[in-house]
Amino acid sequence: MTFKLAASPHSHQRRTTQQVMRWVYMALIPGLLALIYFFGWGVIWQLGLAIITAWVAEAACMSLRGRPIGFAWRDHTALVTAILLAISIPGLAPWWLIVIGTAFAVIVVKHVYGGVGQNIFNPAMAGYVLLLISFPVQMTSWPLPQQISQFELSFLDSASVIFTGFTPAGYNLEQLRMGADGLTMATPLDSLRTALNHQLTVGEALQQPIFGDLAGLGWQWVNLAFLLGGLVLLKQRIISWHIPGGMLLGLMVPATLAWMFAPDQSVSPVMHLLSGATMLGAFFIATDPVTAATSNRGRLYFGLLIGFIVFAIRTWGGYPDAVAFAVLLANMTVPVIDKYTQPVAYGHGGRS
Amino acid sequence: MSSSANIKAIEAGQIWSFPGGIHPPERKELSNQAPIAEMPIADNYIVPIKQHSGAAGEISVAVGDRVLRGQPLTKSGVSMGLPVHAPTSGTVTAIGPGRIAHPSGMADIVIRIAADGHDEAIAHTGLTDYEQVARADLLERIRAAGIAGLGGAGFPTAQKLALQRPIDYLIINGVECEPYISADDRLMREHAKTILDGAKILLHLADAKKGLVAVEDNKPEAIAALKEALADYPQFSLRVVPTKYPSGGEKQLIQLLTGRQVPSRGLPIDIGLLMQNVGTAYAVSRAIRDGEPLTQRVVTVTGEAVRRPGNYWVRIGTPVAEVLREAGFERQSEEQRIIMGGPMMGFTLPDTDVPVVKITNCLLLPSVSELAPAQQEMPCIRCGACADVCPAQLLPQQLQWLAKAKDYDGLEQQNLFDCIECGACAYVCPSEIPLVHYYRKAKAEVRNMAREKAKAEIARERFEARQERLEREKEERLERHRKAAEARKKAQAEQVNSGGDNPQDAVQAAIARAKARKAAQQKAAAEQATNEATNEGKNEANDGENNA
Repeated sequence: MTFKLAASPHSHQRRTTQQVMRWVYMALIPGLLALIYFFGWGVIWQLGLAIITAWVAEAACMSLRGRPIGFAWRDHTALVTAILLAISIPGLAPWWLIVIGTAFAVIVVKHVYGGVGQNIFNPAMAGYVLLLISFPVQMTSWPLPQQISQFELSFLDSASVIFTGFTPAGYNLEQLRMGADGLTMATPLDSLRTALNHQLTVGEALQQPIFGDLAGLGWQWVNLAFLLGGLVLLKQRIISWHIPGGMLLGLMVPATLAWMFAPDQSVSPVMHLLSGATMLGAFFIATDPVTAATSNRGRLYFGLLIGFIVFAIRTWGGYPDAVAFAVLLANMTVPVIDKYTQPVAYGHGGRS
Repeated sequence: MSSSANIKAIEAGQIWSFPGGIHPPERKELSNQAPIAEMPIADNYIVPIKQHSGAAGEISVAVGDRVLRGQPLTKSGVSMGLPVHAPTSGTVTAIGPGRIAHPSGMADIVIRIAADGHDEAIAHTGLTDYEQVARADLLERIRAAGIAGLGGAGFPTAQKLALQRPIDYLIINGVECEPYISADDRLMREHAKTILDGAKILLHLADAKKGLVAVEDNKPEAIAALKEALADYPQFSLRVVPTKYPSGGEKQLIQLLTGRQVPSRGLPIDIGLLMQNVGTAYAVSRAIRDGEPLTQRVVTVTGEAVRRPGNYWVRIGTPVAEVLREAGFERQSEEQRIIMGGPMMGFTLPDTDVPVVKITNCLLLPSVSELAPAQQEMPCIRCGACADVCPAQLLPQQLQWLAKAKDYDGLEQQNLFDCIECGACAYVCPSEIPLVHYYRKAKAEVRNMAREKAKAEIARERFEARQERLEREKEERLERHRKAAEARKKAQAEQVNSGGDNPQDAVQAAIARAKARKAAQQKAAAEQATNEATNEGKNEANDGENNA
């Protein structure tokens, strides 16, 4: 009578990669609801397109690499990439945008490097940057928050804009984005930057209707909703505090200093924290374990670096938001960070 | 922290912490409810001759011999050697290779004994006043009793005590952090006094003044029993540590109790500490007080696949099949595993013919739902959960990549050999990567390479030494010839000087004679050629002349 042989340990904590990923996208739900509430149904269509593209791309890559397809689908990592990219781009962007971005993210950024766990760059953010520099107009055409928009788009109206470029009533995206004064409006961060470039003070710029009490109208709540989801992930120990903490600190410290010394020319720290993709980036994007530093100390530095780059690009760079660039730049530094943050192993002179 | 401040903190009862660690389901209640039971005498025993880390002793019995319980079957002779003893009275039926309890399922020499059922023991006497006996004699008694570290490492106890270095504390390890196992727990509950007596003997032998007895806080009954017994042992203080795996690991427990770290590749004694397991202390007391050799130990038999889980006094050499029959094992499925040791660090047995040995603390028979078999390994997503739980502060995922890539320099740089193989990393891995398995393999490869390198180095040295020797011999030979020639010349010169014949003259004369003969021959040949040219007819005569 023979018995099964196995390597120790024989006991496992039952939390699989799939479960980890499931927590990640469950925690995105509050932010997603906020996006729908303020920016319309478009994001749902983008999600659908992204997920289908990701699955098809993943299946194609796996079959080309001669690997079992179900194996890759099961870990849900492509799903998370698709979701992150879909909620990062403007909700009414044309359908081909998300398809190109997701396909690039999965095929080039992930599978060309060897599939899950092997990629150097965050796939969703690399896809985002590809789209941003290739299609800057489409990528910056955020719809107005519905609360100040003249138009109310239904679920199907959104689909019509995404797939044909026009609403059933014949309005195009440019027209939809016009405010009551007939001017096309940019995102809060973009408007603020333009205003500052025109020598306006921050106080004057904030008079525009796209700003709310804390930051951009809508954006502030979207960010708070992502923060909520992020806290759930922290609580569930899906992520550790090091990266989000580092990133928020790295952004807040220079922002606070700048704001203290030049309040009229600087974006307030609260505004920084609750604008653009700050919270989404801190809790869901920068925390992608595959492309982050490995030790906890390394992760803290990694987060700090992202936060600082976000501040630098928002303040002095050519783009209003900068999370995607900051994450990719930090991804490049990971090997160096890892080299210099290796923890002192037991018995090598460290103190307990 | 300075040494005296450190001692002060230890004296104050400070408990430090160690990084990482996990909290797997403990499941100790399955086996720790009833007192330790006696296992009935089996019909046959299998005693491997090597059950400790060190060399096996020379076999001192032959097939057909009658042996008594406690009779040594091997000699302890060599350094690091340790004898094994007959578990009961009976007849030696065979000596030869047999499968032993080892992760690789390898075979080693075993002595098979058919029990006669009388369980007759060899005569033994204890010492009443061991402090009057020489230290070396006490150590020899411990060695002769076959005592090795019963906590799992199996290092000869006498050997560990023989290192005479200053010791701040002797630590008695009753932590037993591995899930399911309760052998030490029950032993502490039932034999706290004997354990402390053994600890006191160990303290005496280590020439230490103070001892610490460590127990995890999930064993309140054992703590109570120890507290009561400790009243008579003022040298020892109790330290209750929080329940966390692997706080019973030697290095981790040292960190918990003293805040010190054993240097990489060093020993606890390097930082003035010595650790012994409670089971070992118990065995030492029995060996010194009663002269009783190590022939049995407490084994936890547990898991949902046994009907009577609990702790048993099992004779060393009892086949696992016997133990399982007694505990009521029922195979649950094709996937059934038999684990020797606990769920974290134990190893699976291919069958039940292997015997219980000195370091066997547990037999775990889990049902499939209890400890689900490992799933297919998925790719690492670098989530870092492994690094968070590593008590040695390593980066398990980096080690894994490097081990798979066979990057041995990288593994060295990431301190592969500081891994204690506790399995915490693999326990939390969401991709179910058998990390420890990869580390073990990499360690074996590195050791092999080091061995090969050492061999190659020796071969190279030998080759070079041979070359050098040949060269030297050649030089010497030439030198000898040169000297001989010189001596000859000198001798000749002396001969000439003293008026004797110069041997050189004789040589010259011989050469002159040879030259003259040659010249005569050439002359004759030239004449013959002329004759041939003038007269062909004289050939025969010339032939005759030539022949002459």
